[in-house]
Amino acid sequence: MIRDQGLASKLWRFAVWALAGLFVLNLIGVMAAVVMNSFARRWLGTWLPAGWTTRWYFDAWSEFQLSSVVLVTFQVVFAVVLISGMIGVITAYALARRDFPGKRAVILLFLLPLLIPPLTYGIPLATVLYQIGLGGSFWGVVLINLVPSLPFVILVMIPFIEQIDPRIEAAARVFGAGTGSLFLRILLPLLLPGMLAALLLVLVRTIAMFELTFLIAGPTSQTLVVALYYAVFASGVRASQSIDAMAVVYMVTTLFWLVLALQFVSPTQIVARAKQQQAS
Amino acid sequence: MNRPSLRLRLAARGFDATTLLVLPGLAVMLALFVYPFAYGIVDSLMPREGAWYANYTRFFTDRFQFATIGATLWLALPVTIVNMALALPIAFRVRLMSRQRLLTTILVLPITLGTVFVADGLLTFLGPQGWFNRALILVGLLDAPVKLTNNYWGVFASLLITGFPFAFLLTLSYVTGIDPAIEQAAATLGAGPRQRFFRVFLPLLVPGLAVTFCLAFVQAFAVFPSAVLLGAPAGPTRVISIAAYQAAFEQYDHSMGSAIAIIMGLVELVVVVAVLGLRTLFYRGPAGGTKG
Amino acid sequence: MTLPVQNPRQAPSQKQGELKKGESRQGARLELDGLRRSFGAYNALDGIDLAIEPGEFIALLGPSGCGKSTALNCVAGLLPLTGGEIRLGGQRIDQLEPEKRGFGMVFQSYALFPHMTVRRNVGFGLTMQGIGGAEADKRINDALNLVRLGSQADKLPGQLSGGQQQRVAIARAVVIRPPVVLMDEPLSNLDAKLRLEMRAEIRGIHDQIGSTTIYVTHDQDEALSLADRIVVMSQGRIMQIGTPEDLYQRPVHVEVADFMGFRTRLPGRVLSVSGSEAEIEAAGARLTGTMRQPLKPGDAAILSVRPEDLVAVEDGDGVQVTVSSMEYRGRAFFGMAHGADGSELYFRADHALPRGAAARLQPVAGRALLFKGQAA
Repeated sequence: MIRDQGLASKLWRFAVWALAGLFVLNLIGVMAAVVMNSFARRWLGTWLPAGWTTRWYFDAWSEFQLSSVVLVTFQVVFAVVLISGMIGVITAYALARRDFPGKRAVILLFLLPLLIPPLTYGIPLATVLYQIGLGGSFWGVVLINLVPSLPFVILVMIPFIEQIDPRIEAAARVFGAGTGSLFLRILLPLLLPGMLAALLLVLVRTIAMFELTFLIAGPTSQTLVVALYYAVFASGVRASQSIDAMAVVYMVTTLFWLVLALQFVSPTQIVARAKQQQAS
Repeated sequence: MNRPSLRLRLAARGFDATTLLVLPGLAVMLALFVYPFAYGIVDSLMPREGAWYANYTRFFTDRFQFATIGATLWLALPVTIVNMALALPIAFRVRLMSRQRLLTTILVLPITLGTVFVADGLLTFLGPQGWFNRALILVGLLDAPVKLTNNYWGVFASLLITGFPFAFLLTLSYVTGIDPAIEQAAATLGAGPRQRFFRVFLPLLVPGLAVTFCLAFVQAFAVFPSAVLLGAPAGPTRVISIAAYQAAFEQYDHSMGSAIAIIMGLVELVVVVAVLGLRTLFYRGPAGGTKG
Repeated sequence: MTLPVQNPRQAPSQKQGELKKGESRQGARLELDGLRRSFGAYNALDGIDLAIEPGEFIALLGPSGCGKSTALNCVAGLLPLTGGEIRLGGQRIDQLEPEKRGFGMVFQSYALFPHMTVRRNVGFGLTMQGIGGAEADKRINDALNLVRLGSQADKLPGQLSGGQQQRVAIARAVVIRPPVVLMDEPLSNLDAKLRLEMRAEIRGIHDQIGSTTIYVTHDQDEALSLADRIVVMSQGRIMQIGTPEDLYQRPVHVEVADFMGFRTRLPGRVLSVSGSEAEIEAAGARLTGTMRQPLKPGDAAILSVRPEDLVAVEDGDGVQVTVSSMEYRGRAFFGMAHGADGSELYFRADHALPRGAAARLQPVAGRALLFKGQAA
């Protein structure tokens, strides 16, 4: 790479790194503040807490009924991942392999939920779901979360499927594979890495999806992030350490899947759906 | 008549059994996205009382409601501009780094943790006794703590923390997508660093930057939980999401709620179309180089 | 070497022989003096000394990873040196930024600016030098005509074929009348037929513009047919510098021989030496070859010979082999065979030998070369 040695460019370089460093420092500060407060006996007006304890975790676990919230979160997330994964891969396969009139319109339809603010389609959808009696229910939460996840899986999978040479499928047919064994022995193994990446990304996004879940979740169908919102919203009521203990539970849950996801995708892929849009 | 069968004619136009696999996904989207959206539009035109457009006149005549558009834009536009202004030069430096992974991993954290968690953390971090105020007092920039939560700046900070990494990672993916040989070619032809940036990189990046701007803006414009938790939801950070939510789920007027949701979508659309319209003035082809 | 400071406001690094606006240094001698470049503990360039006369066409030849592209990037200024000097017309230029050297470069991936038309791509270097108006138009047109692309001037690079893009890249490099044109495997992305055509064109353009050309390639045919002198590199060092005939007939090193088509390499031991020839024992036979490195009886040696100079004989001396494969290549048959010790031999025969047949192979007198072998 070309490096410029002038003084002005040195200053500029320093300024840029300083800004990046400051941002990372503040970011770590925000996260560290939550973790530290959750272990603090008392933390008022000092740099560091006045003593350490783990009791807030036990408090939070019973106060916020975290066992059932965590259970519901995983049920919702896995249902969303499973449904959007199955339907998404099938749809993506058709879109990657065939050109048909109206394909652009179909792809645009799958792009829209990612470009429109969630509340814009969430409020009418929640209204409909309440009217058919799914408001506050587990399936209501799952359905509303499918709207952004299904397009996400499709848009991640289309370029992945496109780069698998269709002649491989043709070759399998020539050697006598039926549709069933073509899918099981050829397509599935080839698609697996892409599917794993797409589904882990959907999983992480669904755990953190607040706006849509919030609109429809009832007391028994709250996910962690919604429960956390209510706790912070009513922050006068409970000790702040207890809320932060819950936030740490949420953070650990998310980070576990994020770390797993990062084994298969690069961090840029978590946001860079724009690349996929170009490819489609 | 020796016309080929319907099946063959359809297949020739791209419709065969494989194409039909698109149907389940399409059905889900029609049921969960298109139908509710259409329902919302119709619903918004059937107000509880008054003419069919009563919801919209109510929104645009009630200052308390109408002002939410300004409040949202006043947050979303400056934050997005700041995020982009930071993202571009930093992405340009980071592209030269051999180990980007640690930085990108750290930066992806706030995106995956989401605004609720960041809002909770910022309440402590930016509070009057928080590390941010303490640090500024320690280095002598402040004499007394400034109020940074439950106002405009709290929401601004939360949008910066989640929005900058988003803009940065997208920009980085565009910047690293440009063939480094193109920069080297410009250098051997006598272009200095400035000229390389303005004559070669920037024109190639404009399409990507426009898309990044739009996506970052959409996120900031949809700000909701942090505007409630970190802002002043009855005052300066009463954003349009809050208005829509309150109408639909606190006053149980789903017709009005849908109307505000649709206004929200339209305002955002105007900004996005304006930005993408500017983009068409520039080169739009691949930035990766011409071949090889 | 110090130079008078041309402009007191210039940063120290710019004191070297920076190119002034509109100045051309065509006809200057380019000297590389002990170039070194390391990446951590790995030495990509390990002391390269080379003096290139004005107007010369030099090919840097070697396998991938030998340092030839690194050397080119160092000359262009795209990679800083870790040691050594580069002088152009006696002035040091190795600390100059690439944009101040005024060299033309053709990249393997072409690196055309995708957002500019062909005309603006070619004119970019002139714009950077502040040359515009009729002068620029004339020079751009001349350059485009030189590469026979006059009719494509207003297209974008994406609309051109690979060969046309390559021509644009060449026009863009030569339009600034650079003292030195650097080419980094410019033909490697083209198909075989186009590669032969472009090879002839590149040499033609070189002869017309009178610049010095440094051409990096891993293809010995390309190097042999294009270059005035070839520099064979291996592991960051120069193995041999010479004219194509020199290298083809008289490689000084077994690796250079290998690269020049001496495919058979037989390790053996020197039995006797007479004049420039020596007799060695290798693969169970007594073989005679010309010494390219000094040898004495008892030394380990390697005999290198081209397939066309190792022939199957009916009787007499020769290496006893078993034929593995044969193929017909026009005038003669060429084959591969294995010696009793497993060594691979490539040979010529005037008729096809069946697979598995026993044969005797004998080098044509005076055509086998002897190099130092590893002491076993």
